[in-house]
Amino acid sequence: MSDLANLAKKIRIHVLNMTTTGKSSHIGSAFSIVDILTVLYSKIINANPKNLEDPNRDKFILSKGHAGAAIYATLAEHGFFDPEKLMEHYQDGSIFSGHVSHKGVPGVEYSTGSLGHGLSVATGMAMANKKLGKKNYTYCLMGDGECDEGAVWEAAMFANHHKLNNLIAIVDYNKIQSLESVADTIALEPFEDKWVAFGWKVLRVDGHNFEALEKTFKEAQAQSKPTVIIADTIKGKGVSFMENTVLWHYRNAQGDEYSAALKELEENS
Amino acid sequence: MRDHFIKKLSELVETDDKVLLITGDLGFGVFDKYREKFPEKFINAGIAEQNMAGLATGMALEGFKVFIYSIGNFSTLRCLEQIRNDACYHNACVNVVSIGGGFSYGQLGMSHHATEDLSILRSFPMDVFVPSNFNEVEQITEYMANNPGTKYLRLDKDTGPQDQAKIEIGKPRQVSEGDDLTFVVSGGIYKECVAASEKLKEKGLNARIILVHSLNSPDTGLIERAARETKGVITVEENTVRGGLGGYIAENLLENGIVPGFFKRIGLREGFSSVVGSQTYLRKHYKMDADYITKCSLELLGKVL
Repeated sequence: MSDLANLAKKIRIHVLNMTTTGKSSHIGSAFSIVDILTVLYSKIINANPKNLEDPNRDKFILSKGHAGAAIYATLAEHGFFDPEKLMEHYQDGSIFSGHVSHKGVPGVEYSTGSLGHGLSVATGMAMANKKLGKKNYTYCLMGDGECDEGAVWEAAMFANHHKLNNLIAIVDYNKIQSLESVADTIALEPFEDKWVAFGWKVLRVDGHNFEALEKTFKEAQAQSKPTVIIADTIKGKGVSFMENTVLWHYRNAQGDEYSAALKELEENS
Repeated sequence: MRDHFIKKLSELVETDDKVLLITGDLGFGVFDKYREKFPEKFINAGIAEQNMAGLATGMALEGFKVFIYSIGNFSTLRCLEQIRNDACYHNACVNVVSIGGGFSYGQLGMSHHATEDLSILRSFPMDVFVPSNFNEVEQITEYMANNPGTKYLRLDKDTGPQDQAKIEIGKPRQVSEGDDLTFVVSGGIYKECVAASEKLKEKGLNARIILVHSLNSPDTGLIERAARETKGVITVEENTVRGGLGGYIAENLLENGIVPGFFKRIGLREGFSSVVGSQTYLRKHYKMDADYITKCSLELLGKVL
């Protein structure tokens, strides 16, 4: 197993343990983005526990804040804080809220939870850093359902107008949102065309293929305009009975489900 | 007030390269000189206030001192959640500016009446500034640029009498002596209180006037003293009476165990306005002009004299 696959496996097991102990929702949403986060924090983002105060570090905003468990686990595995602390997720008095919060959590740049906020803030960061002549990048990971929010497209227009090529958005395109499929909710297709029409460079990638993700991120860094990476993903990726279903947007593993999920993650990842 | 805000902002931009302005596509003509002089410190976010507030937060978190500017409710209610979750929760130096407080844009209709902003924004942990004259506008603008955190500035088309006094940010200030009753006021409607106090003076009654430029300041000592020393308190604001200045003063007085001889909130009591009219006309129509303040004062004083 490659280092990245091994890391992603560890992160998924943390997420399973966190959501099971915390009895929290959104395991499917978290599993969907684990491989993207794994590549970002291992290969792409210039942000680590030693440069937390460096004004030139890269910035990452998880705009789909409900997948907070995944970013907490990723940061813990990258040494931002002790992975033991992850089990405080969702517990009374904890700093690890279900929706990602930056308060007290090293490495989390930004708190979200209400969808459609992240891209505007990332756009502001990219705009500021461009004005300041910095060479860093701002990354913003959004959900597909999140793209129903009008504010996403307000930001998309602004970023294009100002040619913010230091801004890289990623859409976790698992094609399932809160009640049913994206296609049956508010159709996003033709999704690539929408971004193209808004003036963005569009890159498409398998969101579970480490090599392809790394290559795509590097390609995104070399553009002359803002780039969106549409990552085809599987909601609940890694545990067969959680994959591609709305149920595991809400459900946490109970009884035998936990051991079955753990077994799959340990054996198959 | 708008011109004084821009004048002060221009001075600040001149000396601090982190200060900048983002407008929501408003301010036709008024920013011409500013833009010409500081093209890099002027951003038009277009008619997209949610993005404007998020964008401002991102820029502020990278070190800029950002002013976002629009009229009426566009810079506040339209992007309220961005102000709450983005700017305020992240303690970003985002200075939200709305021109057209109260009925400044009276004739433009209900959409352009900013009559709940004070009540709503006061519930956030942020400064809510309501200057009553040009001097206050300039000093508050300077404070906003030079201090961290999210803040709100409500500008008014009208203004009270001018002065040059140094204000202490967050502290109410007394601008006229009087022992019969106290007017506590925020905003350009200060003018109506001054006119009312002149009418009362003709009847031998003296009103103490206290300006409150900050609705989230814990220091209301001056008002508590006035509540004890005068026969009663009337609050005056061009805002709904629900939860604005009147609510703020009432909460503070009661929690500190002070019950004035009488207490009256003057402001908008009738929900939304669908009456067309100038600021002056609507103040009269909705019973917040000098005549009504005078009448109200006489009635209340009549009860306790």
